[in-house]
Amino acid sequence: MKNVMKTEFSALAENEAFARATAASFIMPLDPTVEELTEVKTAVSEAVSNSIIHGYGGCEDKASERVIMECAVFENGKVVITIEDEGVGIEDVEKAREPLFSTGDSEERSGMGFTVMESFMDKVKVKSEKGKGTTVILTKYLDVVSDL
Amino acid sequence: MEVIFRVSEDILIASIKGEVDHHSAAPLRQSIDRSMKAFGCKDLILDFTSVEFMDSSGIGVALGRYKKLSKSGGQIYISGCSSYIEKVLDMAGVFSIIPKADSFESAVELMRGQEQMCMEV
Repeated sequence: MKNVMKTEFSALAENEAFARATAASFIMPLDPTVEELTEVKTAVSEAVSNSIIHGYGGCEDKASERVIMECAVFENGKVVITIEDEGVGIEDVEKAREPLFSTGDSEERSGMGFTVMESFMDKVKVKSEKGKGTTVILTKYLDVVSDL
Repeated sequence: MEVIFRVSEDILIASIKGEVDHHSAAPLRQSIDRSMKAFGCKDLILDFTSVEFMDSSGIGVALGRYKKLSKSGGQIYISGCSSYIEKVLDMAGVFSIIPKADSFESAVELMRGQEQMCMEV
């Protein structure tokens, strides 16, 4: 059995907390550990922040730009979270995924977003095309304790 | 997000409460930098005891303060990390340049100890 959810919100920084809390409550029925929950929340926060900071970085009216988050949970404990934007896209995905790589604007960026996603999730897939936006697919297998 | 500031001589102790993400990082940075100036502090302790959530934005805040303080000759310590926060900070090698302590009280002691050693030399 599969259960899915989709939400769309403005590309505003205050929605980062909304996105990670929503993803966390959706996976709650799978009975994740506190650690798994924190890891999923952190990865979602990184992906959504990337869309807001980088995808829509140059946009003047971020409130009218959208970030789309889809979650799917499976009975075997598999969680798939997709975060999608229609922003500027990433020119060199491989380089963007390198630890400490940042486009280096004046604000204090750690360049660790993708590294954090990769360490906390089992699989991180990035699809991006310059000018057409970015989709990040986060997959995690939760340890499901069977009731049998 | 909320920050409680304590001052012990020229050490500013910033106890962060709540969630640290990209949204809260900017006001967090500003309030710490402003308080350093306002209280005339030289050294800083970033206390994470009451942080409930933190993504890589926290790394930026810590490394940013480290850069500022190394220019002005101040010391910086990190205290009160849960294993999860420690893991996030460690991914960027934060602890290879910023020392950590279990609590802000022990960070104060460690900082004072180092100052004393410098004076004796």
